[in-house]
Amino acid sequence: MRNAFASEITKLAEADPRIHLLSGDIGNRLFNDFQAKCPGRFFNCGVAEANMISVGAGMALCGLKPVAYTITTFITARCFEQIKLDVCYNEAPLVIVGVGSGLAYASLGPTHHAFEDMAILRTLPGLTILAPADPPEVRTALRAALAHGGPVYMRIGKKGEPTLMPDPPPFQIGKGRILRKGADACLLSTGVVLSETLHAAEALAARGIQATVVHMPTVKPLDAELLGDMFRTHRVIGVVEEHSRIGGFSSAVLEWAADAEAFGPRLLRFGLPDAFIHESGEQEYARGFCGIRGEQIAENVARALEP
Amino acid sequence: MSRPSLADLERIAREIRGEVIAMSHRADTPHLGSALSCVDMLVACYFSGALRVDPSNPRNPDRDRIILSKGHGAMALYAVLAYRGFFPREELLTFNREGSRFQEHPGPHTAPGIEVATGSLGHGLAVGLGMALAARSLQKNYRVAAIISDGECNEGSTWEAALFAAANKLSNVIVMIDYNKWQATGRSDEVLALRPLREKWAAFGWDAVEIDGHDLKALVEFLDAPASDRPRIAVCHTIKGKGCSFMEDDNNWHYRVPTAEEVEKARKELGLA
Repeated sequence: MRNAFASEITKLAEADPRIHLLSGDIGNRLFNDFQAKCPGRFFNCGVAEANMISVGAGMALCGLKPVAYTITTFITARCFEQIKLDVCYNEAPLVIVGVGSGLAYASLGPTHHAFEDMAILRTLPGLTILAPADPPEVRTALRAALAHGGPVYMRIGKKGEPTLMPDPPPFQIGKGRILRKGADACLLSTGVVLSETLHAAEALAARGIQATVVHMPTVKPLDAELLGDMFRTHRVIGVVEEHSRIGGFSSAVLEWAADAEAFGPRLLRFGLPDAFIHESGEQEYARGFCGIRGEQIAENVARALEP
Repeated sequence: MSRPSLADLERIAREIRGEVIAMSHRADTPHLGSALSCVDMLVACYFSGALRVDPSNPRNPDRDRIILSKGHGAMALYAVLAYRGFFPREELLTFNREGSRFQEHPGPHTAPGIEVATGSLGHGLAVGLGMALAARSLQKNYRVAAIISDGECNEGSTWEAALFAAANKLSNVIVMIDYNKWQATGRSDEVLALRPLREKWAAFGWDAVEIDGHDLKALVEFLDAPASDRPRIAVCHTIKGKGCSFMEDDNNWHYRVPTAEEVEKARKELGLA
């Protein structure tokens, strides 16, 4: 996903001189092409994320289209107040991109596990939150973010994520996509964990259970219309995210359900538990630890459907 | 447009001080000492002609950007903007009333002439650096002037900004530190080790000078000085509560609000009553 990001922002910036890229001392060589094609528009802001966000806000307030990029944990929790005040309160159209979201950096330990970013950022007025699922969608989401005209936070994976949705349509902020239809259960998914969600649907199908899969790459604002449809037509809803079960996508869905009085289906939440992960392991291992592997999701959904 | 004389600027500064003291009383609002210490810097920025501001066209893309990073000095900023013609002076009467757009700290919708919402320390300068970078990228020659506080130099983000400005040789950035030697609860040189402040900024790669922050001539000269190859900063020695004998250098006036009698007494001292 990060290569798709680097390639897409280079392409977009070649066509629009207002686009500038700020990086927090990461992406060595990743942005060489950007720097060669867009001289003077790349800034390595050093290991100083708070300043990077403020600088980006100032650029945005003067008519530029800046994009700030670094590791998710450092560009969110570390500089939360800069995002709250300099970006959101000032209504500065800065695009903030966190790389290595969720458990992408699982083996690096909890310092690099981004499980709270959506929870904290969802509280900020006017901030759009995007979680694309694969490299092609990083490209379309970035286009939409830059065209949006308001503050955007986009959480992406790192490298090597599979393409799940080739040739995606233009990204529509606030709209989800039905990827698969089934009458028994509905799986709502956001971000890169979509691969596990699709595995879960396959595993359920093998048991004779048909699941709808909805990808919701916009966590704020939610696609309320689509949620309403799904809640009306399914007995069991599973919400899947590579984020804490506290405060993130599933919480957003629950908040929506309460406000919309949409309770009815059984709702299962698949995300990170309220605990730090103290065991070493790569992303797949960590997903298993958290119960968000496809088979684990399928097992729990199947159990919920038992009479 | 001809520039106001030094005497004019000094008169304006006195009037602003009188206004600010009255505002604090009317609205029962603290931070008076902090507002009074930065009045002369604001007057130099908005009235001297050294910086390009235009109340009739406050969003002119070529304007110089003035940022009061120490947002708790908002009463002084509001008074200066009103007296400069950005909005009617009568609106100052609504300051901190229920439903007023004039809150205790400046926001994005408070009034024309306010570039950045401030109130949490350590933000304004860094946002200004982004504005300065934008000037370079857009090939505009506007400058960015930020007024920060000595207490604000406690914030790590202030020093991140200092490093960034020097690395990017942001010579279109000028900063004034309101060095009134106090922060909310103590001497700013004692709460954290600020001294030597000018040398610290110089060590961070800035063109750093020390001036009297109440000397309007010195302030205007600083703003007028030709750009060097790096950002410039003036460590401005100031007095908290400046202009009112019974408030000067008394940190109780960080939170105290003057009585009606004290307002009158202060206005007399300022030659306004």
